[in-house]
Amino acid sequence: MEIFMIYLKVFLTGGIICSIGQILIDKTKLTPARILVIFVTLGTILTAIGIYGPIVEFGAAGATVPISGFGYCLANGVMKEVDAIGFLGIFIGGVKGAAAGIASAVVFGFIASLIAKPTIK
Amino acid sequence: MKIGKQSIKLENTPKLLNTSSIVGPKEMQGPLAMYFEAHTDDIFFGEKSFEKAESKLMKTCINNLLGKVPTDNANIDYIFAGDLLNQCISSGYCIRDLNIPFFGLYGACSTFCESLMLASLFIDAGYATKTVAATSSHFCSAERQFRMPLEHGNQMSTTAQCTVTGSGAAIVVPKDISIQSPYITHVTPGKIVDMGIKDIANMGAAMAPAAFNTIATHLTDTGRRSDYYDAIITGDLGTLGSEVLVDLFSKEGVDISTNHYDCGAMIYDLENQDVKCGGSGCGCMASVFSSYFYEQLKTKKMNRVLIVATGALMSPLACQQGETIPSIAHAVAIENEV
Amino acid sequence: MNSNVNMSNQEYSDFVDTKAKKSNLGKNILLAFVVGGIICSIGQIISDIAMNYGVAKQDATCITTIVLIFLGAFLTALNLYAKIGKFAGAGSIVPITGFSNSIVAPAIEFKTEGYILGLGANMFKVAGPVLVYGITTSVIVGFVYWLIKLFI
Repeated sequence: MEIFMIYLKVFLTGGIICSIGQILIDKTKLTPARILVIFVTLGTILTAIGIYGPIVEFGAAGATVPISGFGYCLANGVMKEVDAIGFLGIFIGGVKGAAAGIASAVVFGFIASLIAKPTIK
Repeated sequence: MKIGKQSIKLENTPKLLNTSSIVGPKEMQGPLAMYFEAHTDDIFFGEKSFEKAESKLMKTCINNLLGKVPTDNANIDYIFAGDLLNQCISSGYCIRDLNIPFFGLYGACSTFCESLMLASLFIDAGYATKTVAATSSHFCSAERQFRMPLEHGNQMSTTAQCTVTGSGAAIVVPKDISIQSPYITHVTPGKIVDMGIKDIANMGAAMAPAAFNTIATHLTDTGRRSDYYDAIITGDLGTLGSEVLVDLFSKEGVDISTNHYDCGAMIYDLENQDVKCGGSGCGCMASVFSSYFYEQLKTKKMNRVLIVATGALMSPLACQQGETIPSIAHAVAIENEV
Repeated sequence: MNSNVNMSNQEYSDFVDTKAKKSNLGKNILLAFVVGGIICSIGQIISDIAMNYGVAKQDATCITTIVLIFLGAFLTALNLYAKIGKFAGAGSIVPITGFSNSIVAPAIEFKTEGYILGLGANMFKVAGPVLVYGITTSVIVGFVYWLIKLFI
């Protein structure tokens, strides 16, 4: 039962975040690239001011898997690094926190594009 | 001879001797499949890139056309061609191998009428005895240049249109050639009209006022009524643009709803093919006119048609700079009797 | 006959809007909600499996990200992600798999222009801004955080 509740929370949180994106696409004619930028920036800021943290506590992967979760990694990373090493942490922390995402996207993207061929939708 | 504000009456009435069309796999699933002369099931058409494939589409189309008329390449005086890609590379690389003097044209999706118009005017003036007009477009090369990468998982806007993979070509000769074919009687080059539409996913709405302007001017200049024509055929306004055009005319008290056709709205099965408002691109009118409508003219099911190709003269760069979409439409009147 | 449209640009734009077919917002949101929810749940499953093997929570999140990015790239390479995106909309754009898709899609397409200036240069054509604004925001956040720490 407990596991069901966890997954329900994950599903709800993730679903709601994606639905907000869909409303923005349909209602404002924002392009997907802009949506991604808005989400990652908001994710970073909301984490910094302590709002996104509780959402992650509640929704777990439901909040970390959307691209706003990437912002969560960036903000947490930078604050942790500033705590650890001070001023230099400002420039090191963010990318460090999101390093797994960036490096894997580049590498898998590169490999995938080597083997794939585009087709018509 | 120039008549009225901007139309030209072709006094020597050149003949539209023959046409040829070719399309891709998606167009073959549409309702006009049986009319297209040639098609390919492979969107790459055996080439390494979409641009090369588009070029090959046009080349195949022109070769098919020349195969149908008693002539060879050396006898073609001039070729007028264009496409949507930057620097008109489809046409350029296609015609590179044909060894025919070439006029490269760009009028976005209106290019087919623009090239047919110039090809006819050259014949009318006696500068040439055989001219070819051709255009092409390819869904994938156009998506690449104008929109998002193909494999990107985004949704099409409900007002969007789908670029036609295809090409069409026509050969124009003087009227003294004895083979029976339709005549080109009038042409109306269009003006650029811009009603401030900015949404690049709504080309139909951007282009409808241009089509309206050219058709209305044509009718005024020639003194004809809209029902003079069996068909007023627009290029790629799509369902939305067509609706807007018919409305604009009804506001002027002219009913074109019964004889207006739109190639973009006809080429796909709108219910089942998920193409939103229909087809677009230089290849849209080129392939549909060269197949279905030319057939109607040949079999005399239609005797007087006005073809009006519409083009949106935008680029992604201009749109990112906040520009609106300027549009143009060119009209060519084709009749069986003169 | 008057050949100019007898409307101002604004009037014309409003007129067109009345003609445009509205997208089915309810259905789109539902699809985005369900697909987004499913992708996040898959993420949770990956994370739970990792933690079951004794991986620390922090590392489990990392593994989840990497696996999901792999899946996004894999489905894009199989030409499937665009099909999912067609009905899921934001449901497949917003999750990290969509980020991966937006990197792989241009890379595949621009391969024809060579590995360096085609694939390499265009890989971040769509996703680049995410990194630009994400990282810039994180530096600002870090700076403000550092300032606050100085004075407290």
